[in-house]
Amino acid sequence: MAARVQREDFDVAAEIAALTAGRVDVGAIVTFTGRVRGDEGGIATMTLEHYPGMTEAEFARIEAEAQSRWPLQASLIVHRVGELKPGDNIVLVITASAHRQAAFEAAGFLMDYLKTRAPFWKKETDASGNAVWVEAREGDENAARRWS
Amino acid sequence: MSDLRTRRVKLLYFAWVREKVGSGSEEIELPPQVETVSDVISWLRTRGPQFDEAFARPHVIRAALDKVHVKPAARIAGSREIAFFPPVTGG
Repeated sequence: MAARVQREDFDVAAEIAALTAGRVDVGAIVTFTGRVRGDEGGIATMTLEHYPGMTEAEFARIEAEAQSRWPLQASLIVHRVGELKPGDNIVLVITASAHRQAAFEAAGFLMDYLKTRAPFWKKETDASGNAVWVEAREGDENAARRWS
Repeated sequence: MSDLRTRRVKLLYFAWVREKVGSGSEEIELPPQVETVSDVISWLRTRGPQFDEAFARPHVIRAALDKVHVKPAARIAGSREIAFFPPVTGG
């Protein structure tokens, strides 16, 4: 279990390699990468802020919950903050298990829980400089509820 | 005025709550009658127009006590840090 918040981009292949180095018991690796979409209403930039300290605590709680539900050998969450542009990476989730089902399900669970519990907030700015805070989506709450 | 039930806490504000309040954090003494998260919100609203505006729709405000999500009815008890923010939108 590992998690980080950072301003820099991440390299998915390098993260997989680091997470599974020297391990021969990992038979399945699932990765999810979330990116800034630029197709809706002409977003110029997306700025992410978070609650330092609580974010890390929440990641640890979410990963511990995943660990208790599936036989995971490893998991990683990387979430970016600061100013991002369309096409930039926002979030990475990696799950590693002996078999694919646990890795697939745990990755979905981590993302659903992260979206409704990890204290991040997105602000979108358009080309003319108008900024709006992104509103939470009911669909994300429903997605998280399917695990309870 | 101070008694056993007055508590000094750190208040944190995020996203549009922070923008409306005009500050990200403050150290403050909670009055004794403030017992729950809802009580804190009601009390904050009396502190000035920017607070009244920021907390005008309490149902869209989320809270955390010492970095753990809580409901409005949660008791402050010995919490050191109380955070207020909109529903989260990460991922």
